Amino acid sequence: MSRLIFEKSRPASNKMNIPPAEVGQVDMTETIGEYLRQGELPLPDVNEVETVRHFTALSKRAYGVDDGLYPLGSCTMKYNPKIDEWAARLPGLAGLHPYQPLETVQGALQIMYETSQWLCEITGMDEFSLQPAAGAHGELTGVMMIKAYHTQRGDTGRTTMLVPDSAHGTNPATAHVVGYKVEEVKSDARGLVDLEDLKSKLGPHVAGLMLTNPNTLGLFEEDILEMSQLVHDSGGLLYYDGANLNAIVGVARPGDMGFDVVHVNLHKTFGTPHGGGGPGSGPVGVKKHLAPYLPVPRVEKNADQYVFNYDYPQSIGKVKEFYGNFGVVVKAYTYMRALGGAGLKEASQHAVLNANYVKTNLQGTYHIPFDRLCKHEFIVTAKEQMDSSKVSTLDIAKSLLDYGYHPPTIYFPLIVREAMMIEPPESESRERLDDFIAAMQDIADQAVKNPDLVKNAPHYTVVRRLDEVKAARNPVVRWEEAIDV
Amino acid sequence: MRFTPNSDTVVQAMLDSIGLQNLEQLFDDIPAQVQMQRPLDLPGEMSEMELHSLLTGLAGKNKPAAEHPCFLGAGAYDSYIPAALDQLLLRSEFYTSYTPYQPEISQGILQGIFEYQTMICQLTELDVSNASLYDGASALAEACTLAAVHTRKKMVIVPETVHPEYRQVLETYAMSGYYEPVFVPCPHGIMDLEQVADLVKDQAAALVVQHPNFFGHLEPMGSVADLIHQAGGLLIMVVDPVSLAVLKPPGAWGADIAVGEGQPLGNTLSFGGPYLGFMAVTRQLMRKIPGRIVGQTTDVEGRPGFVLTLQAREQHIRRDKASSNICSNQALNAMAAAIYLTLLGPRGLKDTALRCHELAVYAQRQLEEAGFPLLYKQPFFREFVVETPDAAAINSRLLEQGIIGGLAVDQGMLLAFTEKRTRQDIDRLVAAFKGE
Ligand SMILES: Cc1ncc(COP(=O)(O)O)c(C=O)c1O
Repeated sequence: MSRLIFEKSRPASNKMNIPPAEVGQVDMTETIGEYLRQGELPLPDVNEVETVRHFTALSKRAYGVDDGLYPLGSCTMKYNPKIDEWAARLPGLAGLHPYQPLETVQGALQIMYETSQWLCEITGMDEFSLQPAAGAHGELTGVMMIKAYHTQRGDTGRTTMLVPDSAHGTNPATAHVVGYKVEEVKSDARGLVDLEDLKSKLGPHVAGLMLTNPNTLGLFEEDILEMSQLVHDSGGLLYYDGANLNAIVGVARPGDMGFDVVHVNLHKTFGTPHGGGGPGSGPVGVKKHLAPYLPVPRVEKNADQYVFNYDYPQSIGKVKEFYGNFGVVVKAYTYMRALGGAGLKEASQHAVLNANYVKTNLQGTYHIPFDRLCKHEFIVTAKEQMDSSKVSTLDIAKSLLDYGYHPPTIYFPLIVREAMMIEPPESESRERLDDFIAAMQDIADQAVKNPDLVKNAPHYTVVRRLDEVKAARNPVVRWEEAIDV
Repeated sequence: MRFTPNSDTVVQAMLDSIGLQNLEQLFDDIPAQVQMQRPLDLPGEMSEMELHSLLTGLAGKNKPAAEHPCFLGAGAYDSYIPAALDQLLLRSEFYTSYTPYQPEISQGILQGIFEYQTMICQLTELDVSNASLYDGASALAEACTLAAVHTRKKMVIVPETVHPEYRQVLETYAMSGYYEPVFVPCPHGIMDLEQVADLVKDQAAALVVQHPNFFGHLEPMGSVADLIHQAGGLLIMVVDPVSLAVLKPPGAWGADIAVGEGQPLGNTLSFGGPYLGFMAVTRQLMRKIPGRIVGQTTDVEGRPGFVLTLQAREQHIRRDKASSNICSNQALNAMAAAIYLTLLGPRGLKDTALRCHELAVYAQRQLEEAGFPLLYKQPFFREFVVETPDAAAINSRLLEQGIIGGLAVDQGMLLAFTEKRTRQDIDRLVAAFKGE
């Protein structure tokens, strides 16, 4: 740990200078005296140079896509083009206040409008809202629309939402926070939704099914048309979690598969950076029958003017202040314009190629529970390493840190023991993949020859394995000044 | 402009090595009926030079508030952002990384968030902060859920002095069934204490007070904490973080939860997002706070380090029992807030708050003198509503002079003053009010 910024604080060392307004003295004790803070403001007092060094030092203890391969499954850690960062910082975009008069923000509205149109074409949906701030927020918005749809039709007995047992945690959590009971649908031996189980769970009490396709095992749900028929026949709606859209852009569209509502993660498929945990952006698209429920305002084009339209009385309302994570939308727009339609398809093709290439090359080294064509990601497990030498997925992940890689997603999905979900996005070259494959093989070798080496990894990181149990038992979640006794 | 490094030759070699002839075969598992039978109907690839002019052109169609005198606030503020901030944010280890699931190679991000959490606690005088939520409005909705879960009651009392968009988001999120908002009219621009007291009784899970409120006014905070606590509910305050440099913090007023929009802490206006919602709570509520939390621990050699902690609260563990579904938050915006607060320091932030207040007081006096009194005679921090029937006309007059006016509200105009405004800007504003 570098010393905390608070420990670097020295009274009066920060020389940032905010001049007083030249409007004559205003005495706050007279204007707002009874509301004033008592005592000192306890922020760190650090000079600019030390502040810059501090945060630079912190950055050196982090790892991003710009540092190397980041095969974190389900997260699509592709390259974040620098032109996108530049675009979002243009003063004509970054400097816009959300309540400016419409005639002063036409360029911004055009970007929003065109981004929605591109997303409609890519997903096969009819309308989009850019308001949700991330994938889970898109899910929330979409499931609320499903609820509003059933409610407004007087179909109020639909109290259950179905999710596959392989679903990401946000799916059941979303259904729950929108007020649904959650029922899990089993996966079958193929790693796909078990159709018989789905049939047995559908009925007049089911509001819909939330699905990721390709699913969280990286497999395309081949029976999607049948599933969609089943769900619709029983009066439910189909929700598409777009976390894995990067596998199929230009190849297949959720709209054509029968999905009624989708969200996409601009911070996955459309190249915007993840920022160490956000900001993302989770636009939501719907078919016509759900359009009345979209959040307001919607961006529309009247003749030559772009406008905000709030006049949708059936709308679920707002899920966020203002209009969404506009700055992220600008980056995604720039990305989509850069690649164009054909380039977007090529990106998906190369992503799927990379995944299948790595999978093929790990065959024989790691157990591959679903050994068939995968999409943009796939699962391997540490089953054999566990059985032979008690080396776990966690150990392998930590070992990868010593080889200079960010590990894959681990222990997800929950239905596969010792899962590692590997997603090598299209922006990785064959050389990078070969190096990664070699590292994975090396670790498998070590697991046999020298298992303790792997079990005690990482060895070369700035800290070694951290005690998470201690962190949760005795939470220290802020710095506090040591009190001299 | 594409970002796929493998040439056609390499692609072919890779296909060969996995026993396929062409890229199309990679999708043989997708039924033909759902495969697209045509190319995407979208424009083609653009070079970086073409993109450069496309985006410059689109940006050029706008008139950014940040480059003009601007009197809009209402939840988003045109603050001065020190030059060092963006250069640090562009450290790509920060912005191209994912949520720090692997702590050993994410210590810098985790430490930055830990420092952010501490600074939010320092500003609010509460015990525990999370790592951020989407924005101020959704943070308020999450706070109401928390209060309802904690108190096992549903009614949340919300004076209409709370930002209208926050109230809208609160209503939308109420679909969860966790809480039921009751909105209280406020004809005088501050909450109506009598009505609030009538409503509180035993039913209330929480009372929400925005302070300074939507109109910029300071609310009669005096005894509201006692009022709601006696009824067994929680006090949720919505606060402007810059105001906390000089105003008594939520913890000192007896608040149990403080939330707010962190945008003024070094985040660009960016047409409404990405911003960050902050949330801080008392120690008692620590295990119920939504979102990520970073905690300090030690590694196997006893060295101190950081991890994401208390994850038993979160969606990936609790799944269909989680009371929040948040996953990605606004980490980079929180990092910006921590860097901003460090660059300004305690004195810089106080001087910023003071300057905003001085400008607001000056403007109010000048407008009053010019015949435009306050709509509500209430104390304010850096925003107020001036009474006028023709906000729209005044705003167009201002716009002609390259000034972005205030927000038209019922019977008046809501004006905000950031530290970027000058006396000269205000004199021009007043002149436009006078019809000049
Ligand atoms: C399958 C899936 N669904 C939903 C999400 C949530 O997305 P976000 O973090 O943008 O809220 C994720 C993110 O990892 C995911 O992988």
